[in-house]
Amino acid sequence: MEYELVIGLETHVQLNTCTKMWCGCANEYGSDSNTNVCPVCLGLPGVLPVLNEAALRKTALTGFLLNCSVPGYAKWDRKNYFYPDNPKNYQLTQLDFPSTVDGYVNFESLGGIVKVRINRAHLEEDVGKSFHFADYSGIDFNRAGVPLLEIVTEPDINSAEMAYDYLNALKNILEYGAVSDCDMEKGQVRCDVNISVRPKSQSKLGEKVEIKNMNSFSGIRRAITYEFKRQVEVLEKGGTLVQETRRWDDDAGVTDSMRTKEDAHDYRYFPDPDLMPYRPSDEWLSAIREGVVELPLDRKMRMMSQHKIPQESADVFVREPLLGDYFEQAVKGVKNSRSVANWVINNLQAKLVESGTTIDGLTFSPAAIGELVELVESGKISGKIAQEVFNEMFKSGVSPLGIIESKGLSQVSDTVQLKAFCEEVIVANPASVDDFRDGKEAALNFLKGQVMKISRGKANPKMVDDLLREMLVD
Amino acid sequence: MEIDISRLVKLARIELKPEEELRLAPQLGEVLGYVDKLKELNVDDVEPTAHASPLSNVLRKDELADSLCRDDVLRNAPESSNGLFVVPKIVE
Amino acid sequence: MTMVHSLTINQLIEKLRGGQLTSRQIMEACLNRIDSVDDKLNAFISYDVEDALAQADFADKARSEGQEGALLGVPVAIKDVIAVKNHPLNCASKILGNYESPYDATVIKKLREAGAIIFGRVNMDEFAMGSSTENSAFGPSRNPWDIDYTPGGSSGGSAVAVSADECIASLGSDTGGSIRQPAALCGCVGLKPTYGRVSRYGLVAFASSLDQIGSFTKDVKDAAIMLQVIAGADEKDSTSVPEPVPDYTVALSGELKGMRIGLPREYQVDGLDTEVKAATESAVAKLEELGAEVKEISLPHTEYAIATYYIIATAEASANLARFEGVRYGARIDGEDPEEMNCRTRGAGFGDEVKRRIILGTYVLSSGYYDAYYLRAQKVRTLIRQDFLQAFEHVDLIATPTTPTPAFKIGEKAKDPLEMYLSDIFTISCNLAGLCGVSLPCGFSEKGLPIGLQLLGRPFGESDLLRAANIYQEATDWHTKRPDLD
Ligand SMILES: [Mg+2]
Ligand SMILES: [Zn+2]
Repeated sequence: MEYELVIGLETHVQLNTCTKMWCGCANEYGSDSNTNVCPVCLGLPGVLPVLNEAALRKTALTGFLLNCSVPGYAKWDRKNYFYPDNPKNYQLTQLDFPSTVDGYVNFESLGGIVKVRINRAHLEEDVGKSFHFADYSGIDFNRAGVPLLEIVTEPDINSAEMAYDYLNALKNILEYGAVSDCDMEKGQVRCDVNISVRPKSQSKLGEKVEIKNMNSFSGIRRAITYEFKRQVEVLEKGGTLVQETRRWDDDAGVTDSMRTKEDAHDYRYFPDPDLMPYRPSDEWLSAIREGVVELPLDRKMRMMSQHKIPQESADVFVREPLLGDYFEQAVKGVKNSRSVANWVINNLQAKLVESGTTIDGLTFSPAAIGELVELVESGKISGKIAQEVFNEMFKSGVSPLGIIESKGLSQVSDTVQLKAFCEEVIVANPASVDDFRDGKEAALNFLKGQVMKISRGKANPKMVDDLLREMLVD
Repeated sequence: MEIDISRLVKLARIELKPEEELRLAPQLGEVLGYVDKLKELNVDDVEPTAHASPLSNVLRKDELADSLCRDDVLRNAPESSNGLFVVPKIVE
Repeated sequence: MTMVHSLTINQLIEKLRGGQLTSRQIMEACLNRIDSVDDKLNAFISYDVEDALAQADFADKARSEGQEGALLGVPVAIKDVIAVKNHPLNCASKILGNYESPYDATVIKKLREAGAIIFGRVNMDEFAMGSSTENSAFGPSRNPWDIDYTPGGSSGGSAVAVSADECIASLGSDTGGSIRQPAALCGCVGLKPTYGRVSRYGLVAFASSLDQIGSFTKDVKDAAIMLQVIAGADEKDSTSVPEPVPDYTVALSGELKGMRIGLPREYQVDGLDTEVKAATESAVAKLEELGAEVKEISLPHTEYAIATYYIIATAEASANLARFEGVRYGARIDGEDPEEMNCRTRGAGFGDEVKRRIILGTYVLSSGYYDAYYLRAQKVRTLIRQDFLQAFEHVDLIATPTTPTPAFKIGEKAKDPLEMYLSDIFTISCNLAGLCGVSLPCGFSEKGLPIGLQLLGRPFGESDLLRAANIYQEATDWHTKRPDLD
């Protein structure tokens, strides 16, 4: 029998606000333990939360980026459960009136463009971090109260690969919107995977298994692949699956059961009496709409059609948005956009890596790259000289034309002077001349090289080729 | 009115001695019997009230404020070590 | 002759200004009074003599340098549920152990800015849950008019301390009557401001949508002074309302003429004590004589108020009290894992009433019961609120007895929680509807126990409330009576 996978993802993403959700403590990774805490985020007796405007704004912006709508009413609820990292032993979240709902993400997967619907993206608070020692655990509450966006998909994902592609696309979108740094190493993105398996012919969903708290995309891909195999095996042996929560053991490459439906939590949600509801105004929403950026996939498609650059180049520019922005500036008014793309991707990027600088640190404008490409295109300089000019530009920030003029690098296209160079080479290399006349085409390349050498690279290669052929035939 | 008190105290994380359970259970039953009174009312078309005041859109600016110094953070801790709150080992 | 510690804020400030008294003298007088009577009354859980006297000296110095303040040099006692920086905070519970708050509640900041001496932690029912101050890990407080009787609760210590002249004024909190009821039973003035009028930041939450901080004072003028100091929106409390704060002391003067006072038909309950009935009826007659227009009103959902309250309050409490589990502060009883540690800590740390309410609150929120209990209660709350808002279209104030009976004996209702709950019948609706209310002395029972008149006002209608109460007080002398404790 053939089986299919039905997967839904709940992705928790830390928003990159300056302060935490309910208090003015820094939202900052890597500080000494328990130094970014105050009475509020420590849940001391008597404290009250006050909502951070930026967290709400970034939530709405994310909603727009995920094609969600922002309802006219949102509220906060308490989710009750005890855990040592949970300062109030309830988590503030949005149960039935979330800040954003009903969106979708389009992304490339399985050789085409696929769509996953977003059920909601709601705002909640992160908890502290536990450290485990031989005979005790220790808690650091620096992370407690950091704004966390929970992005919930519909069960539209049907393979491990698609889940992986979705997560990368989502991460890319959030980085584009500058709502989260999405640093996986810092645990800024965490994911719960809901997965079920059913025979292809069956319309009813299989029993839902939840894999909790995954923090690497490749781990998620492996876990789904494993779970699919495990669940199919159970079914094929005539067994039944139960609704349960499982944990992924990355080292062993297996999942194991944490709890079944019977001991599922009873979270006793109810509206938080300390926080008032939010009713977004039209002005507030339109100001946020102005911050909506072009999505990565849209950008890629546009770049390919607008600039006629190959998919590989567009991919680089989508992956490296700053480089892409730079390219779009450099390419303005330049005919050969492919060449501009090559310069940006191959030369500029390599040079940046080599010198350890960033695009912001460049001393020349993007237009200089365009100028350089145009100089090559018009035959003013050769590709080789262009390299030299580029290196000099990178060092001094002087414009390509400026460098060419001050160093006398412009290409020699004067027939009289080129003829003189050719004659000199013909005289000095009689053997090669004979070889060419005997039909050895390669000998001409050698002679051309010699001309370039004595012209110090400035000779127009196309003209040299023509002249040599003309002179050697005589 | 009977309630499953053992399930509730597990949810609420309160250890009760057997004699406490014997004392509290009937009292709770009596109170629950009393609050059942609300079932007399038809509230189908009534909006719930979660807050006593009608405010909305109460926000603060995303601006840094002082955190506590770590001594103050840990000073009331039953147990701490190396800047962390110490609890019995968490086993999932 | 009036003893120093019997002075009102108003009288005291005048003497301090005139140089007839120093803050140190008044603070010492209060401390001496505590020394002589508090063994009997148990109003104070703790107080720091040195700290109190240092604050008094500081106030005297400030005054000598020409500074002023509405409460400069006035000793104010604080219910053990309000956070004061570097002072113990126990909520009259064992569970907080040696906890000391690292921060000040907003009301405490405001009191300090007004120059008050913040002194003492006064007794209460554990976590403000109760109506008798018997549910305290520090032992019950006793009614100064007869120490066999309870002072009411939950702010019993705050009421006792003011009535017995152990302090000049005190702060309490009122979730279902916890200021008004003990004020009535102890014969002082207890003001519960409108929900949102006073910041709750630093008040340990019992039921967040019902809790409100208020004052105990020796008369209505002092209640106006205290409210003036503590009222106002607070950026640390999202539920505090940015409604302008009027000048309450100015609002005191005026007349009753034209003021409409409603008497709710539904408050003629069985079990209303005849002496209480008579005393409050004559108080209403007095108000009428002073110019008020009295008429009957209807609050049809009154009989559902207690049930509604005990669902909403316990549900909120079950979450609010989840933070007391031994991880970050308080007493801890160790266990094999965090869950066992939490269960033991909470099992040993909380008293019976707190446990009952947490379990009840857990039940009404739990899966399968939410709609039948919690959601339904929230809807009935809407009906109760509407009752009042409709009534206030016809009247400016509502007058009722504060309690159905005078003080009851210690131990009398301790075994029957439901009977205790039912005695909150007149005070509870005010919190559900988000109104303001005051209780003021209006007579005594034959046994010599005080009786309180409750006036309820519109949301943010404290000015009307205080004016009516003050005019009544100027025409009567119930509030000047003091218990004989010697
Ligand atoms: Mg969540
Ligand atoms: Zn904080």
